[in-house]
Amino acid sequence: MENYINIFVKAVFIENLALTFFLGMCTFLAVSKKVSTSIGLGIALIAVQTITIPANNLIYTYFLKPGALAWAGYPDLDLSFLGLICYIGVIAAIVQILEMFLDKYVPALYNTLGIFLPLITVNCAILGGSLFMVERNYNFAESVTYGLGSGVGWALAIMALAGIREKLSYSDVPEGLRGLGITFITVGLMAIVFMCFGGIQL
Amino acid sequence: MKVKELLFDPILKNNPIALQILGVCSALAVTVQLNQVLIMCLALTFVCAFSSLFVSIIRNHVPSSIRIIIQMTIIASMVILVNEFLKAFAYDVSKSMAVYVGLIITNCIVMGRTEGFAMKNGPISSFLDGIGNGLGYSFILIVVGVFRELLGSGKLMGFTILPLVRDGGWYPSNGLMVLSPSAFFIIGFIIWGIRVYYPDQMEESN
Repeated sequence: MENYINIFVKAVFIENLALTFFLGMCTFLAVSKKVSTSIGLGIALIAVQTITIPANNLIYTYFLKPGALAWAGYPDLDLSFLGLICYIGVIAAIVQILEMFLDKYVPALYNTLGIFLPLITVNCAILGGSLFMVERNYNFAESVTYGLGSGVGWALAIMALAGIREKLSYSDVPEGLRGLGITFITVGLMAIVFMCFGGIQL
Repeated sequence: MKVKELLFDPILKNNPIALQILGVCSALAVTVQLNQVLIMCLALTFVCAFSSLFVSIIRNHVPSSIRIIIQMTIIASMVILVNEFLKAFAYDVSKSMAVYVGLIITNCIVMGRTEGFAMKNGPISSFLDGIGNGLGYSFILIVVGVFRELLGSGKLMGFTILPLVRDGGWYPSNGLMVLSPSAFFIIGFIIWGIRVYYPDQMEESN
């Protein structure tokens, strides 16, 4: 149990996908103008992350890993070079399924998320999460924990940034820095703050 | 469209990172050392140019409902090519860049250009547009990489330029520059610089 709590806390704070690894930055910077939209995007990302990382974990363990196809009679086969194309396929498919499911059964949430749902396919935080999962050799249960944790961490970061940007609209920023420029500098300061979590061990 | 515009507009006038907010992620993570930066730039320019070329060649035969998946497959194949090439010929570099080569797939520059430009234009101008956006991306990355490696560890491409105090030189290294948040500050200031030069890119205060 301790192992899982450790993975979760590490994924949320110490190895925050947005502020430590800078993944999913494009959406992070572009969709953080309002707190309400950023909450919607954060929830969508948590859902997708929690489903895709375990799914990719199963695919990696039973199809792609060197020797994984032993059950089908090919113990020497190593398909791990096909990893990238499989993961992105799984992500695109799951996002599509999630979109249809929400449209049918939870139309309220579907309308709030709107355009963000398809955009998640090209969010590097999702693919990055899957690649980290493979690199660190997580098993199935660990990958579920990691997926949930990294999603929560990213959602937390985008909500915090949106809150700061809403307050920032009252301040007098130099002309050329307005908008994107000052956002970059704000995120830099936030990243320094998140570095304080470094070294925490459970 | 003229060749010159396609190639050089994305560098300052329509920069993918500073104006279109595309492909920011890898710009921040791989810029500690200049030789990593150069490999990343080459890889991205290659992927961007050839995916635009291939997407543009088949653009009239693809139904619009499945075009995203098709583009993704083409981009992913190009990235696998680059990844395997790096593993074979530059193993140390590919190890130190970890997942970031694979993440070129979801680098929104590539996707943004295939979707926004290559689907509507002919193969040759799409190819040039891909190279141009690769150059714009490289421009920002190289500037950030030069600042971070020079001020952070006193070196460029691994050669000592500013001898450090702890090695008996005169330059006290700036630890902040080695850490990743510094990339945000540098990019923020580059954006400021570009917008002072091209005032029409300035945003209204929100």
